[in-house]
Amino acid sequence: MDGRPPAGGADAGAPRTGSPLEYAPAPESRAQVVLEPGYEPFIDGEFAPAKTGEYLTTWNPATGEPLAEVAVCGEADVDRAVAAARRAYETVWRDMPGAERGKYLFRIARIIQERSREIAVLETLDNGKPIKETRDADVPLAAAHFFYHAGWADKLAYAGLGRDPRPVGVCAQVVPWNFPLLMLAWKIAPALAAGNTAVLKPAETTPLSALLFAEICREADLPPGVVNIVTGAGETGRLLVGHPGADKVAFTGSTGVGRGIARAVAGTGKRLTLELGGKGANIVYDDAAVDQAVEGVVTGIFFNQGHVCCAGSRLLLQESIAEEFLDRLRDRVSLLRLGDPLDKNTDIGAINSAAQLERIRELAAAGEAEGAEAWTAPCALPERGNWFPPTVFTGVTQAHRIAREEIFGPVLSVLTFRTPDEAVAKANNTPYGLSAGVWTEKGSRMLWTAQRLRAGVVWSNTFNEFDPASPFGGYKESGYGREGGRHGLEAYLG
Amino acid sequence: MAEKKAEKKRAGKAADQGAPTGPAPAAGARRERPRQGGAPRERVAVRKTHKLYIGGAFPRSESGRSYSVASADGAHLANAALASRKDARDAVAAARKAFGGWSGRTAYNRGQILYRVAEMMEGRRAQFAAETAAAGGARRPEAEAEVSAAIDRWVYYAGWTDKVAQVVGGANPVSGPYHNHSVPEPTGVVAVLAPQDAPLLGLVSVLAPVIATGNTAVLVAAERAPLPAVALAEALATSDLPGGVVNLLTGRTAELAPHLAAHADVNALDLAGAGDLAAELEEAAADTLKRVLRPQQAPDWSADPGLSRITPFLETKTVWHPVGL
Repeated sequence: MDGRPPAGGADAGAPRTGSPLEYAPAPESRAQVVLEPGYEPFIDGEFAPAKTGEYLTTWNPATGEPLAEVAVCGEADVDRAVAAARRAYETVWRDMPGAERGKYLFRIARIIQERSREIAVLETLDNGKPIKETRDADVPLAAAHFFYHAGWADKLAYAGLGRDPRPVGVCAQVVPWNFPLLMLAWKIAPALAAGNTAVLKPAETTPLSALLFAEICREADLPPGVVNIVTGAGETGRLLVGHPGADKVAFTGSTGVGRGIARAVAGTGKRLTLELGGKGANIVYDDAAVDQAVEGVVTGIFFNQGHVCCAGSRLLLQESIAEEFLDRLRDRVSLLRLGDPLDKNTDIGAINSAAQLERIRELAAAGEAEGAEAWTAPCALPERGNWFPPTVFTGVTQAHRIAREEIFGPVLSVLTFRTPDEAVAKANNTPYGLSAGVWTEKGSRMLWTAQRLRAGVVWSNTFNEFDPASPFGGYKESGYGREGGRHGLEAYLG
Repeated sequence: MAEKKAEKKRAGKAADQGAPTGPAPAAGARRERPRQGGAPRERVAVRKTHKLYIGGAFPRSESGRSYSVASADGAHLANAALASRKDARDAVAAARKAFGGWSGRTAYNRGQILYRVAEMMEGRRAQFAAETAAAGGARRPEAEAEVSAAIDRWVYYAGWTDKVAQVVGGANPVSGPYHNHSVPEPTGVVAVLAPQDAPLLGLVSVLAPVIATGNTAVLVAAERAPLPAVALAEALATSDLPGGVVNLLTGRTAELAPHLAAHADVNALDLAGAGDLAAELEEAAADTLKRVLRPQQAPDWSADPGLSRITPFLETKTVWHPVGL
């Protein structure tokens, strides 16, 4: 994936001065995006006003400007959405030949590709992440996810999940704000391919791409009720996952909220998959290819401002190379360009919300208070909007909060180790188990380490790679179930 | 008093039918052949103490408690250990300690050990049949059939150990220059509540798939029929199964299960024998995000289980590596 910061090739031949390189502004045009002043939920194929009459504002986190008013769905709206999904499930979607269902998904994949620029700009406006990432990662991966699952719709009997696998029914799906459209694709594509219908709630700070997706469903002539988008905050999500009409709940978000959902679902018989938090360890052995490892560590924690559940937020350096590696890491991080997310050269965008910025600041302060040493990239922060500079903590111990808690921001905690056993023990010393990284040029050491890491995804000599064919999901308190690949279908077939 | 009465009854029956019907180790006085020229002499049988099985040893409950286990017709069979919360914690600690070694064995080796369990049970068919008949009130032929099915189930899962990774894992065709493959791995320590109504076949059917893939287990035996589980533990102990891979608790399901459901070092929960407690236990498991296998409605333990009890206790690990020069 091209989500990683550039490798400095743009200035080939230019002397490296250590000061920020001068780039001319290269902003992406906003012209493709036409924002409505207000948005209503998408239920049964129509955008109709929510019964609550309440709205919340979604902001551009990079500028602080309001983007639009979006309806807050209440009980009556969620009821209506679940009923529409049930009707569509029983009358149209469940019994439609898989090949025909698949064609709708292919259509959706194609429309996402066709409207990719518009979606990328909208996502960047609403989320604050760099256009480079929405353009090269979020949107193409979302399209790929629909394209991949479209092909499964008429081949479910070959998925190894029984000779006549049946859909589960109505799926209640709640997605986070860090990859709004991509997480929607991870939820809706497999659900629909397997013959289920969906009611999805996007995050309250990033609802716009889901509403644009609703429009895409209409453009694809997807039968009404197969996809429903209900907007709102935590209360809307609670109503949705607790709705007795839902047969299946899928959630991506924080471990805290995931526990609450698991409690709410207990005893109801609903199926449940959870993709939750992480505190991924990136292990760099003394024989690693250092330049590649530095790039991978930077991608691991600074991709998407570190708002990545599988971020490599703990760097474990073999003691003998720690000093040299950190020097080169700081040099590299100093070159990251923070600023206007719509600028095509921007590496680090805005923090999605004031609340998240507060959480990052609080944990970074705890890191300093507990005795770790902070280093911050020398970059100017824009005056308006939510920003946090790339930060590297050294002298971190396993007891520090910044080594245990998910920060979900551009903050890296560095620990050291002497032996491979110590590296593995430290990497696994967390209740989470989503991702991990291994950097070594020795194949047997890589496999030895990967085998022992209790994590659902192990990136070796790379990091933060995603693909619709590759199962993703966690061990331990990072949740259960997998998304993507053949494995991901299991959550949506009975 | 009740115990004595039951013994008399059993002894009488045995004499009538010419074969013991009660569990052999718990059988009371048995008439030996009359010696020539003398009155028949009663041999005093050596009874078995029914204990827990934790970390490869057979301790009594640390609480010193026991409870009376009765046959289907209400006769006292034996006292079983009434395991406590602390026994449950010890069992979890033993299972955790055994996890690294057991999950690190080759699949082939695990398969051989599971097959060895079948061999050990085969050699004790009579004991298992007697225990199962006494526990469930089944007639002897039915009990024998259940024992056969239970033994065959170990053989079945012995064969799965080195096949499951190919069936549920494999290479993923990602769009880029990467080698990418997914492998199944055991989820860790699994607390298993054995079904209450199938003391041997149900017990084996829930236990074998958990340990076949490298998990370790804390097994709560059927509350009213724990004796076949104790006999199974004795077979396990002589099967080259490392200590701690299976830890057996006998006692009150309602007393033990909530602790196991909430225990932070338990990774998954099989609620087969949870009964009315299922919803409450699932809720208790939510705080630590355990994988929970809910009880089936009217399970048929004799049906082909396929992968249905294997995959709920597996994680999928996906490993990426770049391809290039």
